[in-house]
Amino acid sequence: MSEYTTAQTQILSFIEARFPQASIETGQDIFSLGYINSLFAMELVMFIEKTFGLTIPNDELRIDNFRTVEAMADLVARRSVPVSVD
Amino acid sequence: MTSLTAAPPVQAAPAGARIDRDSVRAFVDTHIMPVADAYDRRGAVPEEIQERIGEAGLWAPFYPAALGGQDLDLVTLGQVHEEVGRGCSSVRSLLTVHTMLSWALLRWGSPAQIEQWAPSLATGAVRGAFCLSEPAGGGSDTAGIRTTAVQEAGGWRLNGRKKWITGGQRADLFLVFARTETSVIALLVPRRSPGVRVIPLEDVLGTRASLIAELEFDDVRLGPDALLGPSSFASGMVLSGTLDLGRFSVASGSVGIVQGCLEASAFYTAQRTVGGSKLRELQLIRAKLTDMVTDVRAARLLCHQAGLLKDAGDPATIMATWVAKYFASTAAARHSTEAVQIHGANGMSADFPVARLYRDAKVMEIIEGSNEIQRITIADEAYREWAL
Repeated sequence: MSEYTTAQTQILSFIEARFPQASIETGQDIFSLGYINSLFAMELVMFIEKTFGLTIPNDELRIDNFRTVEAMADLVARRSVPVSVD
Repeated sequence: MTSLTAAPPVQAAPAGARIDRDSVRAFVDTHIMPVADAYDRRGAVPEEIQERIGEAGLWAPFYPAALGGQDLDLVTLGQVHEEVGRGCSSVRSLLTVHTMLSWALLRWGSPAQIEQWAPSLATGAVRGAFCLSEPAGGGSDTAGIRTTAVQEAGGWRLNGRKKWITGGQRADLFLVFARTETSVIALLVPRRSPGVRVIPLEDVLGTRASLIAELEFDDVRLGPDALLGPSSFASGMVLSGTLDLGRFSVASGSVGIVQGCLEASAFYTAQRTVGGSKLRELQLIRAKLTDMVTDVRAARLLCHQAGLLKDAGDPATIMATWVAKYFASTAAARHSTEAVQIHGANGMSADFPVARLYRDAKVMEIIEGSNEIQRITIADEAYREWAL
């Protein structure tokens, strides 16, 4: 299983644990479900930062980066890329 | 022998840290307890006390050393706020709102904002306050925010009013939540900005010395660097995150109130003789003290758990903090009532601290999320986890 797929699985598991009544696909807009509020958004950011050991800067806190599980996994992959040192 | 009220085992503070529960307890006993009732009657924490807090490094000890802090973990920060709350909830309230602004800056601020403000916030040279509640709506009703922030060439234009602003009479920097066309944003507003007016609020029920004010913002012009954190959908997280830390501080301070009630009640009943017997020999008195001992330990453990989760960056801290605040604040209200009862007529006197603890405890059930809001949120969590 690739790191990207693993990230998707972990994020999906977190959301499903918080909203067990929801059936969520990785490409589904979670904001359309009507469950998301600022409290959960904060929990989601904390989960991603803790689980993947990264810090999400303000300019990455855009709704499109959190709209789907795929988008969040993309964000994780993007932020996890080691910075090259010349 | 282990003390009945001994704190639970905690992680050691980071190496080199000078601040811990014991040092703050000594500070409170020396500098706050002897004068807390006097300045509560006057309605203002003296500037001298606030300066001593700065000298003790208590304004923002969680800041990294490079910014003037001590890298203090949040478990220990909770213990600091408990000890200060044991001595005086007005002082703890000033610490709470300063902590909220300071933490929000560290978490959401740009490097330039942090460089500009953090060192002064760490020493207390700049004092912060948190501005959410408004005259027309409660603090929990964020949808009802009427204060507006309009983006214009060169920055922001702020208009509106805020009420019940702890520390507002003295603070140099306000963290103001205002509505834009699309969201609620956080703005850093220096007190000296033209158009800012501070109106002291006096004769409140509790935390009477916490320098509460109403603020008016009349066409206040702010630069683009006033915006703290994102302005998009995530802006709500600035508010949620800041309130979460404030809630943690209030929960910890509430533990301090219960501890204060316990210490005052134990001392009083050990001295007081009624009908030839010491009060401490009466079963009904002993039952009240037993409940205080039990609840203060339980509340302290809940705060400890919330702090551990915060230090770990675990999102479970949010609900743990709700639970801790709900339990600790209701325990404070319950036991301060009993402490006054134990003191009899003396309990109504300003000569005994329990009257102040009683008035302050009531405030803890209202601020940083009223108990009603807490019950709704905690019950939602229960249904989410166990009923579906």
